[in-house]
Amino acid sequence: ALGLSGMAGHAAAQQALEPNSFEEITTYNNFYEFGTGKDDPAENAGAMETADWTVTIDGLVDNPGSYPLSELIGGLTEEERIYRLRCVEAWSMVVPWVGIELKDVLDRLGVQPGARYVAFETAVIPEVMPGVRRGVLDFPYVEGLRLDEAMHPLTILATGLYDRPLPNQNGAPIRLVVPWKYGFKSIKSLVRISLVEEEPRTTWNVLAPSEYGFYANVNPNVDHPRWSQATERRIGGGLFSSRQDTLMYNGYDEVAALYDGMDLEAQF
Amino acid sequence: MARPLTPAQRINGVLRRVPAWPLYLLGAAWAAFLFWQGLTGRLGVEPINALEREYGDTALKLIVAGLAVTPLLRFTRVSLIKFRRAIGLLAFFFVLAHFSVWALLDVQSLERVWADILKRPYVTVGMLAFLGLIPLALTSNDLSVRRLGRKWRSLHKLVYPVAVLGAVHYLWLAKGFQIEPLVYLGLILGLLATRIRWRGLRIGRRAEA
Repeated sequence: ALGLSGMAGHAAAQQALEPNSFEEITTYNNFYEFGTGKDDPAENAGAMETADWTVTIDGLVDNPGSYPLSELIGGLTEEERIYRLRCVEAWSMVVPWVGIELKDVLDRLGVQPGARYVAFETAVIPEVMPGVRRGVLDFPYVEGLRLDEAMHPLTILATGLYDRPLPNQNGAPIRLVVPWKYGFKSIKSLVRISLVEEEPRTTWNVLAPSEYGFYANVNPNVDHPRWSQATERRIGGGLFSSRQDTLMYNGYDEVAALYDGMDLEAQF
Repeated sequence: MARPLTPAQRINGVLRRVPAWPLYLLGAAWAAFLFWQGLTGRLGVEPINALEREYGDTALKLIVAGLAVTPLLRFTRVSLIKFRRAIGLLAFFFVLAHFSVWALLDVQSLERVWADILKRPYVTVGMLAFLGLIPLALTSNDLSVRRLGRKWRSLHKLVYPVAVLGAVHYLWLAKGFQIEPLVYLGLILGLLATRIRWRGLRIGRRAEA
């Protein structure tokens, strides 16, 4: 009975999620390759060509290689996932993604026994990326997950938003979405997925290790050194919108078991 | 026959006929316009942070403008001195607006405002800049200028550290390598540098001669 009521509660929480509007989701973005302003990606990302996209798969996999997108994910089951998105900057949205489970892709590629982490890399196309030309960050943007995090059923590769293909500013044509971690973990416009043995470098962690950890799980009890993470502001409430409490793991408690025995203040 | 007027003298002649008070109206109108934009969705889908930034950005621009008055006079003989009080007071009011949006609309709790001031260095620095402007705003009337005499000049040099703190505040809150806060810091440090008497430079000149 306990389990059932728990599931019912979770389902209710899911149903209560009212997605943000398409306009809100596509005009308020962090995608520093296209500029640091929230409206820069919507303004600048249109010039990125995503038609013949290939993703390089390397490292400890049975089937490495450079895959056209259709080959990488073709035939896998796409589904809509309405997820909360909590940015490390203390704002949040609800996004109706369309995507596939990362696990399905990894299973297709054949993860070798020695692999313990998955490393991801974003495209670098200076001609169409003003933020890259200005050197805002040390590009290419790189991110990583522990293999069990990557294999978790909540972790998806998104290719769409509402019923449309993913807009460029949201990370077209394919991006990672890990809903229980701060948004910067959900790396956009993927060009490389590597199965590796060691914990990979991640862009924000390298830039400011005291501010951005490798795990970056949403956690109201561990503040960012420059601001509190206890509350967040949901985008779309206008000038007088009030803050709401941030939930542990962004409300996705089912991932808690991944971190059993870890000190979440030290490994934030 | 009178010597022909220099361009600077001609500009000053025109400026003499322009009153300073419309600047206050312009400032108030700009602040109200930004607020209206935030209210009606014209500052994007997250207007609180956007309005906070717009007010802070305007304040920094006014501080740079205020600091530029003296060097402009020295290097071009164009005098904007009569507008400087309005520029400075408007800078204070935009900092006040910036602080108010942050405290009332963004953080929304006095307890957390206080915690942030103590705990977050970039907030502390911004707060110090704000506090530094308060005595300047309070003494920016003719009576105070007369009463304080020479002390008034010394007191108002407080705007130098305030300007630097303001730029550092902006730089500190930015993520990654961003140009804008560095431009403000550079401009402010440059304008302050024009006020240093470069003894070294004069020695250099003598050596040349």
